[in-house]
Order: sequence, then C-alpha cells, then structure tokens
Amino acid sequence: MTYFESDSEDIFSILKRFDVRQVPYVPDAGHSQLINRVIAEPSMHAVSLTTEEEGVALLAGAWAGGQRGVLLMQSSGVGNCINMFSLTQIFRLPFLTLVTMRGEWGEFNPWQVPMGSSTQAVFELSGIKVLRANHPDEVREVVEAAAGQAYNACTPTAVLLSQRLIGAKVFTK
Amino acid sequence: MSKANLLDRRQVVSSLLAERKDAIVIGGLGASTYDIAAAGDNDRNLYLWGAMGGAVMIGLGVALAQPKLPVVVITGDGEMLMGMGSLATVGLQKPKNLTIVVLDNEVYGETGGQASHTSGGADLVGVAKACGIPQASSMTTMAEVEAFKGSLQDVSAGPRFASVKIDSANLERALSNRDGTFIVNRIRGALGFQPI
Repeated sequence: MTYFESDSEDIFSILKRFDVRQVPYVPDAGHSQLINRVIAEPSMHAVSLTTEEEGVALLAGAWAGGQRGVLLMQSSGVGNCINMFSLTQIFRLPFLTLVTMRGEWGEFNPWQVPMGSSTQAVFELSGIKVLRANHPDEVREVVEAAAGQAYNACTPTAVLLSQRLIGAKVFTK
Repeated sequence: MSKANLLDRRQVVSSLLAERKDAIVIGGLGASTYDIAAAGDNDRNLYLWGAMGGAVMIGLGVALAQPKLPVVVITGDGEMLMGMGSLATVGLQKPKNLTIVVLDNEVYGETGGQASHTSGGADLVGVAKACGIPQASSMTTMAEVEAFKGSLQDVSAGPRFASVKIDSANLERALSNRDGTFIVNRIRGALGFQPI
C-alpha cells in the first residue's frame, strides 16, 4: 500500500523545486512510489540505509557539503534516530523528514503501536517541529510548508503522513 | 604484535594529513577529533563531539555532495563499531572520493580503557570488504601509513578503508572547536556557500 500516486508526484515535485539532492531512506511501503521516483531521478542520490539514524548523519554531511536532503522513513524508525537527532540542533540543520505513520488508524499489528504513539513526542522532545497530513488534499500544502521552514529557516521539521492516507496494512483477507 | 610496536596515533594522523590539500576531514567522537586538531586546525575539519556512530555517514554525505574533493573520515574502533551498518551503506554507494581510516587501539579510551570488540576478534577490515569496500587494508607500520597517504587525494578509485593499529595510550587532549554551527558553516564557507 502506498499513499496516492498524486501525493507522491506532488511531494516529488516539491523536493525538486527545493533542490533536494540527497534522499536517504529505509524502505517503507507508504513511500514506495516516491522512492522509485527518486531512484530514477539523475539529480538526486537515493541512499538506502541500514538504519534510520544513518540518514540523519548523512544529511548533516550533505549540508556541510552544500546540498539539501530529506529522510524518508516510517514511524518505527524514528526512535532509532534519537541521539543522532542532536545533529539537527548542533549544526542548525535544514533538516526535513517525511514519516509514514504506523500504529494508528485501524492498525492490525500491536507491535507498531508503542512507537507510533510516541513518534510525535519523540520529535518534539528532540527539538524538531512536527506537521501532520491526515487527508490526501492537504499533503501537498503540508509538505510545502515543511520544506519551506526546514530549508529557508533551518528549522528541523518532520511531516507525519497519517496511516489514514494509506489505509491500515492488510495482513489477512 | 607487542604493544611496543604499536603506532603513535598523533604521528599517524599528522602524517596522513601532512599533504591534505583541499581534503575535507571528519573526526569521530573522542580522541580522533583531538588527533585531527593536534595536526592543525583547518577550515575543512569537521570535528564531532557527539553523534557517536555517525562519522562515516557524515563523510558519505559530504562525499556525495562534493565528488571532486577528497573526503577523509578518521575515527576510532568504538565509534566505527557503533556505526558498522554504515559500511554497508558506503559499499552500496561506492563514493570514489571517500576514505575511511579507523585508529584501532582496541579500547574505549575516552571512558576508561574498556576493551572494544576489536580486542576480541571483530575484524573491521573484513567487515569493510564483506560490505563491498574491496580496498580495505590493515596498517601496522609508519612506512605503510606513509605509502597510503597519497591515496587520500585520489577521487577516482575509492571508497577505501584502512585500519591502523595504534597504541592505547591516552594522550593529552588537543581541544578543537566544539560549536557545531561554527564548524559546519566554516566548511560551507570554505566551499563557497553563503549563510542562509
């Protein structure tokens, strides 16, 4: 399952417009179309990670080297990043992450619920602003605003893409 | 190898960086950052005072952004062990301009000298090779370090990985700058980027 193709296209065109060049990710079904779009885009480095915290460090290096980036992950990966998030404050990074939510809106798998429930608080405790998109018609606007404040104001920002956009993952027919 | 034969970390880093030219150098949390500072402050030094396990990934981010510049990560065995997955990520990306040097004293020197996993057989050179970094070697003599340092300037044949077995002596700290925004903006300025 992925969020709507039109949302993927909207997000991709915003990232292009903001001259995003490095896109680290841990694969997530929700981001799958966007990830494929990034892989096919010659101006962007798609960087597959072994764990999400690598992506925070990668974006710190990208910024030192003059490039912008965005970290794609799902909510279960946010906890993996906590110590590395210190870089967003220490370097005052133009940090942007797009997070597909699990553990809410009809979740089947209880193991997703604890991290999904604390995702927003973890970001906020780490000094990262949180914006959320619950409906397809607000995705473009929310990502646009997040990219604007992250890249123009060096304000570390996370966008939570609600599981409602995607639908709960189906485990049984 | 007897302890008496192990290399002096400051001598190793000072030799590696003696002809660094335009290279960007990232120092991992702990003594590696002090070693780089001791070799001489530079606008292109990125000193880490935290973010343990992140040095190689920061190096990869710089290397992808600046493919024509040599990028050198100098870190310790403990810091490298914490970010071991990043070797697999580097192995996948294969940045031609990235060199990773691990100063391996087999202990966590900053916290009292507790043994690290390399003392018990963890083979970082083997890990690097198995992660897709075939140019991975171990160095135990200054002659090898001297012979290796020229390769740091080669931005067409990386990535490369080297482990240098060093003495575990705790040397006097050479304190670098530790204000992150200063450090990162200084590098950006040296590369010609303006503040926001």
